[in-house]
Amino acid sequence: MTNNGRKTGLGSTRRGVILGAATAAALTAFSQFGVGKAHADDANTTGLAVTADTVKVGILHSVTGTMAISETGSVQAEKLAIEQINAMGGVLGRKIEFVQEDGASDWPTFAEKAKKLLVQDKVAAVFGCWTSASRKAVLPVFEQYNGMLYYPTFYEGLEESPNVIYTGQEATQQILAGIDWVVKEKGAKSFYLLGSDYIWPRTSNKIARKHIEKLGLKVVGEEYYPLGHTQFNSVINKIKLKKPDVIYAIVVGGSNVAFYKQLKAAGIDMTKEKPLLLTISVTEDEILGIGGENIAGAYATMKYFQSLDNDNNKAFVEAFKAKYGDDIVIGDVTQAAYLGPWLWKAAVEKAGSFDIDKIKAASPGIELTTAPEGYVKIHENHHLWSKTRVGHAKADGQYEVVYETKDLMEPNPFPEGYQ
Amino acid sequence: MFADYTWSELGSIFAMQGFAGLILFSVFVLMALGLAIIFGQMGVINMAHGEFMILGAYVTYLCSHIVENYVPSLFGIYFFGAMILAFCASAALGALVEWALIRHLYKRPLDTLLATWGLSLMLQQAYRSIFGAREVGVTLPDWLLGSVSLTDTIEVPINGLFVMALTLVIAVAVYFLMFRSKMGMQTRAVVQNRVMAGAVGINTERVDRKTFALGCGIAGIAGSAFTMIGSTGPTAGQLYIVDTFLIVVFGGAASLLGTIASSFAISQAQSTMEFFLSGSMAKVLTLLTVVGILMLRPEGLFSLKIRR
Repeated sequence: MTNNGRKTGLGSTRRGVILGAATAAALTAFSQFGVGKAHADDANTTGLAVTADTVKVGILHSVTGTMAISETGSVQAEKLAIEQINAMGGVLGRKIEFVQEDGASDWPTFAEKAKKLLVQDKVAAVFGCWTSASRKAVLPVFEQYNGMLYYPTFYEGLEESPNVIYTGQEATQQILAGIDWVVKEKGAKSFYLLGSDYIWPRTSNKIARKHIEKLGLKVVGEEYYPLGHTQFNSVINKIKLKKPDVIYAIVVGGSNVAFYKQLKAAGIDMTKEKPLLLTISVTEDEILGIGGENIAGAYATMKYFQSLDNDNNKAFVEAFKAKYGDDIVIGDVTQAAYLGPWLWKAAVEKAGSFDIDKIKAASPGIELTTAPEGYVKIHENHHLWSKTRVGHAKADGQYEVVYETKDLMEPNPFPEGYQ
Repeated sequence: MFADYTWSELGSIFAMQGFAGLILFSVFVLMALGLAIIFGQMGVINMAHGEFMILGAYVTYLCSHIVENYVPSLFGIYFFGAMILAFCASAALGALVEWALIRHLYKRPLDTLLATWGLSLMLQQAYRSIFGAREVGVTLPDWLLGSVSLTDTIEVPINGLFVMALTLVIAVAVYFLMFRSKMGMQTRAVVQNRVMAGAVGINTERVDRKTFALGCGIAGIAGSAFTMIGSTGPTAGQLYIVDTFLIVVFGGAASLLGTIASSFAISQAQSTMEFFLSGSMAKVLTLLTVVGILMLRPEGLFSLKIRR
C-alpha cells in the first residue's frame, strides 16, 4: 500500500495539486520516452500510467473499519482476476500493476483516495467501493477527473454514470424474479417486509411492495430497524401474530447475525417454510457469521451462488481456494468484483486503447462468456444483464440453487412504476 | 392500535412481550454492570467497554473451536468453562490497561474518554489482524438453541432464559462483592474519599486495579453470553456501547441499583414501543424520553446523597 497521497498534500492548495500532477505527468512521459514512446502512445493519449509493458490500476476498498468484514472478499477476487489476466499475458500486452488504497469505512476517505488514485497514480481503472454511500462519495471525483470505476455490489439502483460500470445487480434484478418465484412455486399470498434502516433496504422494499401489490397480494407489515440493532424479539413476536407466508428480510451487518439467531431461538423453524424466509442480503459470506445451522431452510435471491454448477464456476472456485485457502467462501458480491478486471480488459481490447472515453464508448455490448455466473453482457446503462437465482440455505453454509430465470434479466436502474 | 387483534391474541401479545422485555432487561443489565462499576464507581469513561465484551466473545469462539475438535464429548457444557475463561481474559487485559494507561489519568477523567476510545480502535484492529475482518460463527451446544413453547403462540427462547439466569447470578455476585466483602468496602472507601482511604491503610492503587479488572471481567462474561444472540466480529462491540452508556448515565452513574432500574425502564419502554410502532421510531422515542428525563434530573434516576 502506498501512502504518498498525504505527503504531497492532496487538496491542500490548488497550486500544490497542479504542481504534483505536472510532476507526475512529466515523470510518466520521461519513463515512456525511455522505454519506447510510439508503442505506448497508440493505446494511451491521455497521460494514464501506461508504459510499454505495464498498466496501473487501482483497488479501493475498506480493509479497516466496519466495512472490512464485507469488502475483504471483493479485494481478494479483484487481485485473483488481475493475477489470472497477467498470467494470460496481460492487457494489450501489458502486465497489470495495482495500487491498493484503504477507504477505511469512511466515505470522505474514499473520495480522497479516489482522487489520489486518479490524479497522482493516474490509474487506468479503479475496482472498488462497496456501500452506496462510498460510491456516492467517489462519484463526483470520477466524473471530474474522468476515471473509470468498476463497482461490485448489488444496490438500490437510481443511478447511472458513464464513469461507472455496475457489475452487481440493481434492485429490480434481484427482487422481481424472486418474488415471482415464491408466489408461483410456494403459493405465497402475504408478505412481511423487514429491513435495516437506510436507503438500500428501503428502496428495495418499496419495489418489493409495489410488485407484491401489482400481483394482487398482501403486505401485512413493513418495518425498519437502526443499523446495528441487536434485539429482534418484539418484531419476531409481531411476525408470529401476523402469520405472513413470507418474511422478506433485508437486514444487514451485525444485526443480521442477531436476527437469525433470535428467529431460530424463538421457535421459527425455517425448514418448515411456515413462514418461509426470503432474503436478498445474506450471501455465503454472511452465513459464516450467522452460522449455517441458524439459517438453514431460508431462501435467498442472488445472481451467483458458490455452488453454481458450471465449468466456469468450478474453475473459479478452485482458483480462489488455491489462492486463499480451502475454508474460504465466495458470495455474490465477491463474484461480481471478480468480473470487474475482466470486463475492463474486454473493453480495453475492444477499444484498442486505455483511454477512458474510448472505454466508455466500447463498454456497452461487451460480453463475457467466462464469468462464473455464466454469460453476462454490459447494457447501454452500464449495468449488467444477468440471471436471477434462488438459493436454499443448507446447514453447511452453502446454498443449493433451486431456481434460475430462463433469460438474462434486463438491468433497469430507474424502474417506472416502482418508485 | 389494539383494534387489529382479538382478545386471546392480546393476551399472548402481553405474555410474549413481557418475556421479550425481560430478556432485553437482562441483556441490558449484563452489558451495563461492568461499566457501572468502572464508570460509576471509578469515574473512568471507558469507551473500550464494548471491546472488552468482544474479547470475551472471541475467547468463547476459541473454546468452541478447541472443544469441538479435541474433546467433543464435553461440547454440551463447554459454555460454562468458556465464560469463566472469558472473565479471566478480559479481567487480565483490564488490569494491564489500568496499569499502563488508566492509572495515569485518574485526575483527568475527561481524558480517559479519549484514551479509552483510542484503546478501542487499537483493540478492534488487533481483533481484525488476529481473527480476520469477517465475523466468526460460534457453535453452540444444541440445548441452548430452540425454545420452550408454553401455548401455540407463546414461546420462550432458551438462550433468553439462560441470559436471565446468568444476569441474576452475576448481579447477586456483584452485590455481595461490593456491599458484603472486604474488597467492596475498600472500593467504596476509595471511591468516596481516596486520600482518607489511603490514610487508613488501604492500598488504593491495588484497589483501583482490582475494581477496573472486575468491571472488564464482567464485560467479558457479557460478551461471552451474547455470542448466543448477537454477532462476533472486530467491531461488534460498537453495537453495545451507546446503549450501555445510556443505561448507566440514565440510572445515575454512581448507583448500581440505578443501573438495574434504568435497564428495566428502558428495556420495557423500548420493547413495548417496538411492538406497536416501528423499530426506528421506538428507538427515537426512547432516546427522547431519556433526554427529557435527564434534563429534569441531570444526576439520573438514583443518586448518592453525600455531603460535599
